[in-house]
Amino acid sequence: MDTVTIARWQFGITTVYHFFFVPLTIGLVFLVAGFQTAWYRTHHERYLRLTKFFGKLFLVNFAMGVVTGIVQEFQFGMNWSDYSRFVGDIFGAPLAIEGLLAFFLESTFLGLWIFGWDRLSPKLHLASIWLAAFGTFLSAYFILAANSFMQNPVGFRLNPDSGRAELVDFWAVLTNKVTLVTFPHTIAAAFLTGGGFVLGVALWQLVRHPNRDAAAFRTAARAGAVVVIVAATLVAATGDRQAKVMTEVQPMKMAAAEALYDTKESAGFSIFTIGTLEGSEEVLSLRIPGLLSFLGKGSFSAEIEGLNDLQTAYEAKYGPGDYTPSVPLVYWTFRLMMGVGMIGVPVALAALWMLRTGRTPQGRWWARIAIVLPLTPLLGNAFGWIFTEMGRQPWIVFGLMPTSAGVSPSVSAGEVLASLIGFTAVYGLLAVIEVRLLIATIGKGLPELPAPTDDSDRDDSERPLAFAY
Amino acid sequence: MELTTVWFILIAVLWVGYFVLEGFDFGVGVLTRVLARDEVERRVLINTIAPVWDGNEVWVLVAGGATFAAFPEWYATLFSGFYLPLFLILISLIFRNVAFEFRGKRPEAAWKRRWDHAIFFGSLVPAVLWGVAFGNIVGGVEIDSTKEYVGTFFDLLNPYALLGGLVTLGLFVTHGSVFVALKTVGDIRVRARAFGLRVGLVTAIVAVVFLAWTRSQRSGAEYLGWFSVLAVLAALSLVAALASLLAGREGRAFLGTTLTIGFAVASLFVSLFPEVMPSSLDPAWSLTTTNASSTPYTLRIMTWVAAIFTPVVLAYQTWTYIVFRRRIGVQHIPMPEVASHPEPSEAEPVG
Repeated sequence: MDTVTIARWQFGITTVYHFFFVPLTIGLVFLVAGFQTAWYRTHHERYLRLTKFFGKLFLVNFAMGVVTGIVQEFQFGMNWSDYSRFVGDIFGAPLAIEGLLAFFLESTFLGLWIFGWDRLSPKLHLASIWLAAFGTFLSAYFILAANSFMQNPVGFRLNPDSGRAELVDFWAVLTNKVTLVTFPHTIAAAFLTGGGFVLGVALWQLVRHPNRDAAAFRTAARAGAVVVIVAATLVAATGDRQAKVMTEVQPMKMAAAEALYDTKESAGFSIFTIGTLEGSEEVLSLRIPGLLSFLGKGSFSAEIEGLNDLQTAYEAKYGPGDYTPSVPLVYWTFRLMMGVGMIGVPVALAALWMLRTGRTPQGRWWARIAIVLPLTPLLGNAFGWIFTEMGRQPWIVFGLMPTSAGVSPSVSAGEVLASLIGFTAVYGLLAVIEVRLLIATIGKGLPELPAPTDDSDRDDSERPLAFAY
Repeated sequence: MELTTVWFILIAVLWVGYFVLEGFDFGVGVLTRVLARDEVERRVLINTIAPVWDGNEVWVLVAGGATFAAFPEWYATLFSGFYLPLFLILISLIFRNVAFEFRGKRPEAAWKRRWDHAIFFGSLVPAVLWGVAFGNIVGGVEIDSTKEYVGTFFDLLNPYALLGGLVTLGLFVTHGSVFVALKTVGDIRVRARAFGLRVGLVTAIVAVVFLAWTRSQRSGAEYLGWFSVLAVLAALSLVAALASLLAGREGRAFLGTTLTIGFAVASLFVSLFPEVMPSSLDPAWSLTTTNASSTPYTLRIMTWVAAIFTPVVLAYQTWTYIVFRRRIGVQHIPMPEVASHPEPSEAEPVG
């Protein structure tokens, strides 16, 4: 294998892995902040116990998100130095701003939240987690602005002398129309992930331990279910807007998403296809007429450009070459993103129905559903990013720089392979440890609150820490 | 002042911030093996840095991001050129960081011991390798006319750079010992003082040799005089820090080690300026603040962002240190999150 292929595998593996933790972090921090706010307002003990329980799960997950995120920041320079040289003038800025505005906010205020239970007033302590939550939003915005430049480069000019892309309008980069649709889509998906996690965990508790803290977990299950339903609606709505923007800026990606080879008016959308995707041998497919036209351009009769015509047009524009992404991969990840990602919706509706007026879901099936449910949005997110990034190929920056030109010339294939193996092994090991820890923490159920002790006469310097590693 | 100079200074400031802050928490990580005599003492050490280490680490992410934004060519050459050392730093940080979060989650002694290894090596390895990396930046590496690093991994392990690694390790462990003395009560505080003094004396000697060697490495540097001033200030600060520690003035000692690291890092950056990565093959191929920089427009935007938000960050990070200013000792460590099995071998009382 050549350096480009290995470096791409490394980016794919480390990024998809990183993105298992990111949306769960974003979704969960808001749910935990919500539980704590409910406790702050009502002083009901069950909200505090839910805050601490889901807070623990959140922190295990957050730690993994942080460490895998450091790799992302270094990886551009390590494996993609020519890319970094080419776009650094534009791409580096949102990355630096993300660190300065978001990472400091998240890490500092989470530190205050974890260890500050007895050091801060309840109000300031609550404010800490909301500030950390706000930090996750900022972080998402700036990193998506950076990615959107790769999808749809704006606000730059090509310097003919240096051969580099140079920033001319930072506001245009921050308000890239791809950013404006990708940010709400990603955030909605993150809430879907967080809601699915809380719903799954709460359902599992209710099925397996119906007599242990049922009231609290019924509250959590309802909260999770409502978040899933609302977030899924927003995912669909923003996804629809995103498809239209993508049809405009990267028609090739959307043509590949339907394996549409020839330009067509009133193009249909297949739910699945059995056979080959070149359209030569279609054994069986379920097709909704006109839907692709509607997804892409908002009208069932609109014309959608096909892969062959786009390939011809791009050859004329960019010179000879293959400008078509891997069609089967793009076709299936697009469907899996939507199909797997949205499984939570019927489950959430069914759960709300089962939980009405004091009832409790029971039986083996609900236990199975509870275990599978949190995984579905995670997989949906992963398929979504694989679709987005693979659908942009062969470009690293669409229309400007081919992926093969971005790799580090000074790094050997052996070095990249060694780090690929290293990261994959470490990530695999940590995945096993993290999942076991989550399961053990979930299994223990809600933590008991410490008995209130009257230590008002005790000197502050003598009191034990409220929480310690 | 030119914006490229402003950003050179800002990046130096970010590295100073990183080494001052993560310096002591790397030091504490190494000390978990040296100073702690049992599980509770290890937890005392870990909890001196628990609320702050994550915020400290962000400094390196911002330093990396700022280098990417302001000097993309520097970022590209440095990160691709120093590939394997950076890979090792990343793996170390991964294990170290999850170790803090995970080690208390299970009661088994074997589980804790494994994460203790992660904390120790995960602190030791980056503490050495950052010094090696800076030794190579300052000492110059093989950079060709296309700004690519053409040396090998083993070229990076030259004596000067390795000595740099020893200096950062020594400084961070000294700094960490002083921090532990400042943040704890009881027996461990006494031991931290004594250990800080010993390791600080050795470090002072190694650091002076390294700075003198740096002077000869960079004998043609534009601001060699200023380098010498800062290097002497670094050495004096370390001596003052150790004297304060001997006198039991831990706050002053910590200020001293902070200044030592600050002056030392600043001296290295001054010795470079206006180069950012000298080429050992041909001075004409060196990366400089001019030929490695972004456009003035990008630098202007980044300057505004930095001018507005850096003070805010400094303010709330300082506030965190005030919130968690209380000294801790073995009596403050609560029962483990999960019930612990007795550890007979470590149960004897601490003397």
